Amino acid sequence: MDVSQYLGVFLDEAKEHIQSLNDNIMALEQDPTNEDCINEIFRAAHSMKGMAGTMGYKRMQQLTHDMEDVFSDVRAGSLKVDSNMTDTLFQCLDAVQAYVDKITETQDEGTEDNAHLIKALADIRAGKSGAASSEQAAEAPKTADAPKADAAPATGTSWKEIRLEPSVRSTLESAAEEGKKIYGLTVQIQDSCILKAARAFLVFKGIEDVGEIAVSEPSTQDIEDEKFDFTFSLVVITDADMDKVSGIAKNVSEIESVDIGEFDVKNAKSTEDKEDTAPAPEIREAPKAAPAVTSAPAAKTAAAPAAAGGKKPVGKPVVNRTVRVDIDKLDVLMNLVSELIIAKNSLISATTSSGATNSAVDEQIEYLESVTTNLHESVMKVRMVPIESVLQKFPRMIRDLNKSLGKKMELTMTGEDTEMDRTVVDEIGDPLMHLLRNSADHGIEPAEVRAERGKPEVGQIFLHAYQDGNSVVIEVGDDGNGIDAEVVKQKAIEKGVVTPEQAETMSEKQCIELLFHPGFSTAKQVSEISGRGVGLDVVKSKVESLSGEVDVKTKLGVGSTWTIRLPLTLAIIQALMVVIGGEKYAIPLDSIQSIENIPPTDIKLVSNREVINLRGNVTRLVRMNEALDIESKKTADEDLVVVIVKKGEQLVGLVIDELMGQQEIVIKPLGKYINKCKFISGATILGDGEIALILDTNALV
Amino acid sequence: MNELRNTQDAGELIQYIVIKLGDEQYGIDIKYIDNIVRMQQITRVPKVEHFLKGVINIRGEIVPVMSLRLKMGIKEDEITSKSRIIILRLESGDLIGIIVDQVNQVLTLSTTDVEKVRYDDKNQKAGNSFISGVGKYEGGLVSILDLSTLELDTKDKKDKKD
Repeated sequence: MDVSQYLGVFLDEAKEHIQSLNDNIMALEQDPTNEDCINEIFRAAHSMKGMAGTMGYKRMQQLTHDMEDVFSDVRAGSLKVDSNMTDTLFQCLDAVQAYVDKITETQDEGTEDNAHLIKALADIRAGKSGAASSEQAAEAPKTADAPKADAAPATGTSWKEIRLEPSVRSTLESAAEEGKKIYGLTVQIQDSCILKAARAFLVFKGIEDVGEIAVSEPSTQDIEDEKFDFTFSLVVITDADMDKVSGIAKNVSEIESVDIGEFDVKNAKSTEDKEDTAPAPEIREAPKAAPAVTSAPAAKTAAAPAAAGGKKPVGKPVVNRTVRVDIDKLDVLMNLVSELIIAKNSLISATTSSGATNSAVDEQIEYLESVTTNLHESVMKVRMVPIESVLQKFPRMIRDLNKSLGKKMELTMTGEDTEMDRTVVDEIGDPLMHLLRNSADHGIEPAEVRAERGKPEVGQIFLHAYQDGNSVVIEVGDDGNGIDAEVVKQKAIEKGVVTPEQAETMSEKQCIELLFHPGFSTAKQVSEISGRGVGLDVVKSKVESLSGEVDVKTKLGVGSTWTIRLPLTLAIIQALMVVIGGEKYAIPLDSIQSIENIPPTDIKLVSNREVINLRGNVTRLVRMNEALDIESKKTADEDLVVVIVKKGEQLVGLVIDELMGQQEIVIKPLGKYINKCKFISGATILGDGEIALILDTNALV
Repeated sequence: MNELRNTQDAGELIQYIVIKLGDEQYGIDIKYIDNIVRMQQITRVPKVEHFLKGVINIRGEIVPVMSLRLKMGIKEDEITSKSRIIILRLESGDLIGIIVDQVNQVLTLSTTDVEKVRYDDKNQKAGNSFISGVGKYEGGLVSILDLSTLELDTKDKKDKKD
């Protein structure tokens, strides 16, 4: 079977399962008796095994199979979860991840057998009490633990086992009295089928044409949601004969086999009490009918392991109605929306410049404007993903750091559901990981120091994400040592980043900013965790490349907090259009604090720089025409128009010539030829086709 | 005419757009030409090299425009009604516009009619370093522009060449 077309699906699902295993094993470590976790783990491991088997990745299948065995014992209660076990399981997960990575790169799982892990798993199992195996077999059947499935059908129940609700029973009985025929049938779908629910639906639909489906096992809802394996069973009330019914089911493509027989209502088991209605002797009349249609009941059990080899998405309690879309397609859509907005702006400027005021046209333009704005928002939302996908690997990382650093610490995260543009989420993982490692390595003190300082033994590391206006803020911090500005200063002098004279005059905040200097690492020794030369400067440049900013607050002995602020969207923003020396520029609205009219007499000189007193704040002025090498069109005695922009807590006043108004702009890159000017972050096309440059206020502050 | 004559030669045929810049004629390999537009308002970008005049909007894309004259070190363009901006798509895939005085004709030359400029010659005169060869045709001589010199980091490129 050619499975390459399913590779993408396989990889996506494998990642999800690995993550689910990671999360649940972590949870299990905390609460070794949590049954939900155990069940979830079992399901995920089982699904992985099945998927790997289907795709022909034998080594991965072997390893996941052995993991599943361990989980299965845990589930049956014959094995207790201990830290040795979770450690081994985590190692196994890493190995599985390695397989997946390898498959992602080369479509091949490689040759690593991970024999030591398989042995470790076997050892864990061997340690259990012998009495457990029977119990386990009793517990396991419904979970399709294939090799042991000879007693009970592995996946789904055969129609012979269907238990009747009292109400259904009476329906069936009355139908039988009316002379209708009642059949039980079990349909087996080929395990290569990827649209099980659709196939099942076709079977339902076909049978409903000739009769009525009284019972389905699993329930129709579960079948629709694909919450079933490759078999399902039905009880049908019909006038048609057996061959016809089974023929209908078999006519649906990708149906492996159909097992049909007369359903004995009287002797069927009840959901309430099987003793009650099931006199034993004549129970098995129906099975005799079965071989006539299918090869043999044995075939059914033989088919079960195959079904177990297929994917088994029972692990999802809530099925979201989602569509996987290639990110490139979304990019194209986004570009088209951008073009549409430019076209809309052109239309607006064309109608206003023609001078003809026509209320009908205006109305339609307003309508168009609201539609494009909504469209833009919708496309933005489609591109937004919860930051969770990045954050979910961190608890595991901190757990591992706990062990490798020999420190006790705990990670609390909030706001995992905060949504951001996909491109930003993809990029932000590494900087966050770096900050967390930093906190774990440099921030949290060794246990003795913590005890001395009267802090709780377990160090707290936190990550809070939340939306703030048009940006997303992520705070990463710890209750550890904080940053010692003096140490940073000494280190900076040592490394030649600053001269001792410069260092003298630096404020504490400026010293700490030195941490972002390229190649700066205060770790006294290079550890595995941080201090590998990839420093905070990389964090800073990464965040800035995403048009964000990073800031740090620290108090020696109490802890530090790093704050990353990122824009929600990268492509379309609200901007204030201004004129400077006859040229049009856009200032992102986000960064603007206020707009002021300042008489020239209010300008003071402080160390030869122009400043104004803005409601008690001494605010530096930047003459934009000078920064941009152009003549201002205003005379010296006119009032100044000053746009106050903020970066973090710093304010700067940008002196411009004229305000034009607010506009939604589409950010276009300037290209590498012409990006030398650090004040310019990009360009945008205005309604009349003219280009306006976008001012990078961060560079100006 | 030219086409007919040249087909008899063994060399590969290449079409060139012939432009006028000052007193000289230059040929640009047509495969690099994306578009030729009339002179339009160029948005100045501050603090860039003097020969980069700014950016223009080509079908929604921001395209930098350079003055070929300033790049070559001849005197500043005089913008007339014949001035054009030629939009080139360079090997790197980037679009760039160059301002020329005039676009004259399309010329088909065989590779045998184009004499390659040797490295030694290239360094002699500043203007010549932008030329990869000289083509001969009935109307006279045409210098073939070496578009790789317009790429970013032109100095490195030139050093690597030959």
